[in-house]
Amino acid sequence: MSADMKAGAPRGGMLVDGLAQVGACGLFLLGMLGAIPRSLRHLREISRQIWFVGAMSLVIIMISGLFVGMVLALQLYYTLSIFGGTAALGTVVALSLYRELGPVITALLFAGRAGTAMTAEIGLMRATDQLAAMEMMAVDPIAFVATPRFLAGVIAMPLLANVFSMLGLLGAHLVGVTWLGVDNGTFWSNMTSNVDVWKDIVNGTWKALAFGVVVSLIAVFQGYTAPPTSEGVAYATTRTVVFASIVVLALDFVMTAFLM
Amino acid sequence: MNPRRSFAAGTGLFILLGFAALAYLATQTSSVANFSSGPTYDVVAQFDNVGSLKDRAPVKIAGVRVGSVKSIQLDNQSMEAKVTLAIDTRYNDIPDDSFAKIMTSGLLGDQFVALSPGGSPDVLKNGSRIVNTQSAMQLEDLIGKFLVGGSSPAKSGSAGAAGGGKSGG
Repeated sequence: MSADMKAGAPRGGMLVDGLAQVGACGLFLLGMLGAIPRSLRHLREISRQIWFVGAMSLVIIMISGLFVGMVLALQLYYTLSIFGGTAALGTVVALSLYRELGPVITALLFAGRAGTAMTAEIGLMRATDQLAAMEMMAVDPIAFVATPRFLAGVIAMPLLANVFSMLGLLGAHLVGVTWLGVDNGTFWSNMTSNVDVWKDIVNGTWKALAFGVVVSLIAVFQGYTAPPTSEGVAYATTRTVVFASIVVLALDFVMTAFLM
Repeated sequence: MNPRRSFAAGTGLFILLGFAALAYLATQTSSVANFSSGPTYDVVAQFDNVGSLKDRAPVKIAGVRVGSVKSIQLDNQSMEAKVTLAIDTRYNDIPDDSFAKIMTSGLLGDQFVALSPGGSPDVLKNGSRIVNTQSAMQLEDLIGKFLVGGSSPAKSGSAGAAGGGKSGG
C-alpha cells in the first residue's frame, strides 16, 4: 500500500496530490478495518494503547474541562444577567458542553496530546526499519501497530469527551453556584428539565466517536506514510495536528446540521 | 508481567471512569433524573390554551412533583388541548374536583401543571377527567391587557386618589 502512495505522490499538481492522499487514507482505513479480526488477537496491545492514548490524556482533559466550564459559566452569567435569566445558567452550560464543546475541544486536545504521539511513534518505527523487520518476521504491521492504535483512539475519545463534560459541569457549578450565587436547586432543576438524553448526551457521544475515528485515522496514516527521515517525521506530526483540527471542525458542522 | 498487568488495570480503570462519567451525565443531569419509575395512572384535563407546555413537564401539588405530562393533543370536537397527566399511584387520594392550572416556574422557566386540591370526597382514578382548569398565562395577553385595558383603571384610580386628597384638604 505504501508503494502505491510513493508512486502516486510526485505526479500532478496540488489538487491531484491532495486527492491521492484522501484516496490513500481511505484505502488505509479499509486495510485497518479488514485487519481488525487479526488485531483482536493482540488484545493486550490494544489495552496498552488505550492506556497511552486515553488514560494518559486524562490529566489534560480534566484540567481543560474544568477551566472551560468555569469560563463558560462566567461568560454566560454575564450575558444571561442582561436578560435576567441567570436561572438558565445550568441548562446553557450543560447543553453547550454536551452538544458542542465537550466533543470538539476533547478532539482537538486529543489530536495534540495523543495523535502526535501516535504519528511520531509509527513514523520513527518506519524510519528505524522496525516495520520492515516485522514484515520480515511475518508480523503484519497494520494488524499489530496501526490497528490497535486506531481502535484505542476510537474507544478512548468518547470516554474522554464525557469526562471533559463532567469536569466542565463541575467547573460551571463551582463558578455559577459557589462564586456568583446562582441558586443550587435552580441550577440543577433547570438543567434536568431541559437536557434530553438522546438528543443531547447520546448525540454528543456519537460526535465524539466520529471525531475519534477521524483523528486516530489521520494520526496513524500520517505516521505510517511519513518519509523515513527526521524531517519527514516532523512534517508528518505537524500535518496530523493541522489536518485533524480542520477535519474535526468541518465534520462538527456537518454532523450538527444532520443531528439537530 | 507486572508492568503489563498495571497497564491492563489502569486501562480498565480509565474505561470504567469514562463510562461512569457517561452514566452520571445521562442519569443525573438530564430529564431521566425527573422520571419516576413507579406505576402511574392517567388523568385527562382540557385546557383552552396550553402555551408552551411540553411532554414530560412536571405535575405538582403544593410545589411537590407528583407526576408528569404524558401527552398533549388537540380535541377535535371542542377544539381544546387535551392533556393527559400521568400521576404516581402513591398519590391516589387527590380529590376529583381539584383545579388544574398551567404555571411557569420563574420568568423564563419551564411550564408545569399545578393541581390545587378541592374538597370532594371522591378521588381521581385512572381515566378520570379534571373539569376545573385554567389555561397558561400568555405574556402577550398580559402585555395587551396592560397596554389597552389595564391602563384606564390605573389612571382613574390615581385620579380618584388625587381627588380624595383634594377633598380631604
